[in-house]
Amino acid sequence: MSEVSSPSHQPSAVSFPTAKIIVENLTVAYSDGTESLRGVQLSMPANAITVLFGPAGGGKSTLLRTLNRLNDLADVVQLSGRVLIDGIDILDPKTDTVALRRRVGIVFARPVVLPMTIRQNLTYGLELAGERRRTRLDEAVERGLKQAALWDEVANRLHEPATSLSGGQQQRLCLARVLALEPEVILLDEPTSGLDPISTGKVEESLQELKQHYTIVLVPHSIQQAARTADLAAFFLGGELVEAAPGKTIFTNPKDQRTEDYVEGRFG
Amino acid sequence: MRVTNSRRLRVQRLGFAALTAASVLTVAPIVLVVAYIIVRGAPAIRWEFLTAFPSQGMKGGGILPAIVGTFWLTLGTAAVAVPLGVGAAIYLSEYAPDNRWTRAIRVAIINLAGIPSVVYGLFGLGLFVLFLHFGTSLLAGSLTLSIMTVPVIISTAEEALRAVPNSFRVVSISLGGTQWQTVRRIVLPQALPGILTGVILGLERAAGETAPILFTAAAFFLPRLPTSAFDATMALPYHLFVISTQVPGMPVHIQYGTAVVLLAFVLGMNLLATLIRSRARARRQW
Repeated sequence: MSEVSSPSHQPSAVSFPTAKIIVENLTVAYSDGTESLRGVQLSMPANAITVLFGPAGGGKSTLLRTLNRLNDLADVVQLSGRVLIDGIDILDPKTDTVALRRRVGIVFARPVVLPMTIRQNLTYGLELAGERRRTRLDEAVERGLKQAALWDEVANRLHEPATSLSGGQQQRLCLARVLALEPEVILLDEPTSGLDPISTGKVEESLQELKQHYTIVLVPHSIQQAARTADLAAFFLGGELVEAAPGKTIFTNPKDQRTEDYVEGRFG
Repeated sequence: MRVTNSRRLRVQRLGFAALTAASVLTVAPIVLVVAYIIVRGAPAIRWEFLTAFPSQGMKGGGILPAIVGTFWLTLGTAAVAVPLGVGAAIYLSEYAPDNRWTRAIRVAIINLAGIPSVVYGLFGLGLFVLFLHFGTSLLAGSLTLSIMTVPVIISTAEEALRAVPNSFRVVSISLGGTQWQTVRRIVLPQALPGILTGVILGLERAAGETAPILFTAAAFFLPRLPTSAFDATMALPYHLFVISTQVPGMPVHIQYGTAVVLLAFVLGMNLLATLIRSRARARRQW
């Protein structure tokens, strides 16, 4: 066990009963020099919404994609530190990434429905995991769609192509698809950036329900959304974690000058 | 101002006219060739012509062994070239890293597609017929045609695979899919119409080639159909070559009749490829 060095900008201690994810001194760099992370320390509580916010290029998406090792698909040239989920370092090269991604699901900014029916989109992940039992698949479809507040709209058209859905419905389908796998952690990368306010409201409502059962990490598409949804808010700037604080305090009473400037709209 | 406008208009009209003329000039020869061959060859197309062996030293009877031979050669080529070509395309598109080695492979494939077919024929003669002792046979001919067809299949199949949006792959991986599951369940089905089109166009070219089978598979005349992969065979393009150049006093309608059958074979495959492509395009969701 190597000693974890504490960077100077160590965020104020945040206490939640249980930390689901602990990020220790995480540094990530891409080959093209774009968005990267430097020495990030952050604890993300279970059954709560952790919001990662800040201007573009701050490293929010990088952190998100590190949490389920989706970054493996990108050209990462430097990776150090640890990411503990339930106390186990998922950055360990021996990690079963396929199993990890079933436990840690992700929803992207642009909804990408797979070119198949609505039902097949929901059963896809489970079938990959080897689930063949019809009843189990049916249950998962219904549960996922209900949790994503989409069931009422699509219950009688499950066998239509998923592309026949509207943009807002497609995004909720992407959420439902992740939920059908019954993950432990849900990562959301600006899930409402392409949605109208009504659809956005529906997604945010679902998140409040979902956090009873899941650990949620959200990159919001606006600072207002960050303020509305955060149980813990972390401010990222230029690849560094500037400040993290529970609830709304970071928006009303930021400690760091840079956070204050951003929250009050002086830049970004 | 009005003067310039009308001058511009004239230039535009002239441009359109030139472009229209160019496209008519390209289409016209194709239509003329096909029409001419059909008109000259149609009288020969009778049931007997398609189902009988040649008689009277090729001057009578039918072309059954040539039709059957071309069918088997095409099938044999497909059996070898499709798995090889599609497999290589999947490797290059989905698995291979982008480095000097894979770039060299790509350059090689492009250059292979440009080699004259008679060179493939000579190569087939040296490797399959003589060195591997396959003799002049369906097997040697199919293998030679395969080497010629594989580059075509690889490049079209790779293009079809790369056209599948990358976001599908990322989503599949993020839902706990392995790379192979992603290829098999998402990428391949989406690319299949494009791959099939490339396969058919490649095989179509193989079916119509004379030079690669000249030294490796084709026989001037055989009194029976091939019964094994090691038998020599007659084939439509070679038969056409033979009766057009090697047989004095050959009835013209038999020559053109043979051309009609070969043309129908090749254009039929082309039509199938077009059908697959247009149907897939109508149903595609991205």
